[in-house]
Amino acid sequence: MSETGPERPSQPGDGPPERMDLHETSTPEGQRPAEESGSPQSVGGEPAPEASPAQPPADATATPSPAVTASGDQSQPEPDPPPAPEPDPIRDQLVERLRAVLGEAVVDSVVQKGDLWVRVHRDAWRRTAQLLKDSGFTYFCFLSGIDWLPNPELSNRYEQVFTAEGDGADPEETTPSTIETGLAGGETRFQVFARLYDVQRKFGVTIKADLDDEAPSVESISSVYRGADWHERETWEMFGFDFVGHPGLRHLYLPTGFEGFPLRKDFPLLARVVKPWPGLVDKEPVPGEDEEEVPAT
Amino acid sequence: MTITQHQQQAYIAGQAAEARLRFELETEGMTLNIGPQHPATHGTLRIVVRLDGEQVVWADPVCGYMHRGYEKLCEVRKYQQVTTLINRIDWLGHFANEVPFILAVEQLYDVEAPPRAQWIRTIFFEMARMANLGLFLGDMGVQLGAITPVFFAFRDREHVLNLMEAATGGRFHPNYDRVGGLKEDLPKGWVDECKEVMKRQREFCDEMEELLVGNEIFQTRTRGIGVIPQQIGLDYGLSGANIRASGVDWDLRRDRPTPLAWKEADWKVWTHPDGDSFARYWVRLQEVRESTKIVDQLLEGLPSGPVMAKMPARLRVPKGEAWVNTENPLGEMGYYVVSDGGPSGPFRCKIRSASFNNISIVPWLLRGVYVPDVITILASLYFILGDIDR
Repeated sequence: MSETGPERPSQPGDGPPERMDLHETSTPEGQRPAEESGSPQSVGGEPAPEASPAQPPADATATPSPAVTASGDQSQPEPDPPPAPEPDPIRDQLVERLRAVLGEAVVDSVVQKGDLWVRVHRDAWRRTAQLLKDSGFTYFCFLSGIDWLPNPELSNRYEQVFTAEGDGADPEETTPSTIETGLAGGETRFQVFARLYDVQRKFGVTIKADLDDEAPSVESISSVYRGADWHERETWEMFGFDFVGHPGLRHLYLPTGFEGFPLRKDFPLLARVVKPWPGLVDKEPVPGEDEEEVPAT
Repeated sequence: MTITQHQQQAYIAGQAAEARLRFELETEGMTLNIGPQHPATHGTLRIVVRLDGEQVVWADPVCGYMHRGYEKLCEVRKYQQVTTLINRIDWLGHFANEVPFILAVEQLYDVEAPPRAQWIRTIFFEMARMANLGLFLGDMGVQLGAITPVFFAFRDREHVLNLMEAATGGRFHPNYDRVGGLKEDLPKGWVDECKEVMKRQREFCDEMEELLVGNEIFQTRTRGIGVIPQQIGLDYGLSGANIRASGVDWDLRRDRPTPLAWKEADWKVWTHPDGDSFARYWVRLQEVRESTKIVDQLLEGLPSGPVMAKMPARLRVPKGEAWVNTENPLGEMGYYVVSDGGPSGPFRCKIRSASFNNISIVPWLLRGVYVPDVITILASLYFILGDIDR
C-alpha cells in the first residue's frame, strides 16, 4: 500500500496480512473439493461448511437476491441447478484465497460460464483491488457503475409495443417494480464494478461493491491502478459516485457545470421525452408472425 | 495528481537541466492547444499542453467533443438495434465492434451460431483489422511528414472495403452480425476475390516495410520516442499492439476461450521488447500480415452449412450478466451486458473501448517530451475518437 493512500477504515476480518500470495497452490486446509467455494456448482450443499474454517458463513443480513446467484448459504439448495457446470479450480481457488484474506468483507461470489464475480463490502473495495494487484492481477480493464433502479417509464413503452403485437407479455410480469440485482447479488441501488486481469495466468475477475443509496461513495482505486483515474472520473459524472481519495474529479465528457447524472435510471433521455420512438409509429410486420395487423399508434 | 511520480519528476528535471546546460537559453512557459481540429488527433480530441521551451511539462487530453451517450442509448434499444449504434464506435474497425456485443448476447441467450457463421465472423473480424490498421500504417507516415504511404493505404483499404460491401451492403457500417449468426451468406465468387485481396494486402505490408520501416528518418523519429514500460502499460490498461509493443504477450484472440475460429488457424502473436513508437508501428505491421494469414487459412477450410441458428423473431434474453471482450484492431474491446429478462433491450451495457484506456496514458507519457514527438506519440498510440468518446 502506498503511503499516500487515505486511511483505511477498520473492518471485520481485517486481521490477516495484506500481502498474501494467492498463487500458492497448497491451501492451508489442504486440497478441498472445488465445489465448496460458494459457486452455483455447490449443488445440494453436501460438503459441510463447518469443516472449512476459512470460509465464513454467508452474510446473514443479506437478503437473498432472487437472481440465480450463489451465496455462501449452502443450507438452501438450488431448486434448479444449472446443467452440469464444469468445475473451475483456478477461479474457485482464488475465491477461497480472497475469503481467507478478506474474511467477512467478501460478501458473495459466483463462478459461471468460465467467469468470476466477487462482491465485496464497500469498505474493502480498495483493499480488494490492492490485494488482487499484488497477487498478479496487474492489468486494469475497466471500472463502471450500475444503477439497479427499474425504469418503469421505459418498460411501459416497450410493453405497449409488445402487447399490441400479441407477444403475450403481461405488463405486470414484465415491469419489474422492485430492484432486482444481478450476479453475486446486491443490497442497494447502486453498484460499482471493475474488471481486472491476470495476463500471466490469463484469466480475469469482476469485482463489485454495493454503494449507499443516498450518498454513493467508495474509496478510489486510482492509486492502485493508474488507469482507474479516468474511469472513476467518468463514473463520477455519469452516476454521481464519489471516489474518496481521487486526485481530481473533473468532468471528462460532460461540460463543466452539468447538472444531473445521465446514466442513472431516473435521468430522462430527453430525445425520448420530446419525440416518441419512431419504432412505435412506422413498424413493419415481422415475417412469419403476420397473423394480425399492427395498428399504428 | 497520482501521475506525478517521483521518478518521472526526476527524469523531467534532469532533462530540463540538461537542456538548459546545452543551450543556455532562458525558456518561457506557454500553454498550447493541440486540437480539437488538428489533423494529428484523428478527430476532435483536444490536448492542452504546457510547454517549457520545446518541452512538454504537462499535458491533459480534453475529450467529450464527440460523446454520443451510447451506453444510455443502448438501454432504450432492443438487442438487434444496438449493433447499428456500436458500429460507429470505432468506425475504421466497424465489424469488429459488433462481434463482442453479439457474443455477449449469445452467451446470455445460451445460443451458439453455426460453425460457418463463426468462421465468416472471424474472417470479417480480421478484414476489419486490415482496414483499420492498414490506414494506420500509412497514416503514421503522414504524421511524420511522409505523404506517400497514406495514398497506398487508402488504395489498398478500398479493396477490403469493397469485399465488405459485396457481402454486407455496407462499406463502413456493415451491420452484418446477428444474435445467432449472420445476416446472410457470402455472395458467389467472394472467396476467390478475397484470396486475391489478401495477396495484395501482403504486398501492401511489404511496401510499407520498404517505405517506412527501413527509412532512416522514420527510425530516427520513432525509435526511443514515447517508451511505455510494461508495468505502466498494464497499470493504465493499455491493450492491443500498444501493450504487445511493450513486450506483454497478451492477445485475447489466443488467450480467451471464444467460439470464433482463431484457434483453427496457425498464426503468431508478435511482441516487441522496446515499447517505443517504432515498436508499436512494427507490431501493427506484423499483425496485418498475420491477419492475412488467418483469413487465407480460414477461407481454405470454410465449413458449409447455415449461417444462422434458429432464432425467434423477438429476443427475450434471460436475466443475467455477461462480459465478452475481443482483441479489436485498436485493442481490447468488451461489452458488459446486463439483462433484466424483460422484452426490451439491455438493462445496462457498459462499453469498454480500447482507445479510452490507451489515451489515458497520455498525461503520463507526454511529460518531458519535445513538441514534434507529441505528434509521433499520439500517432503511434493510435486512437479513434469515436472509440474514446463512445
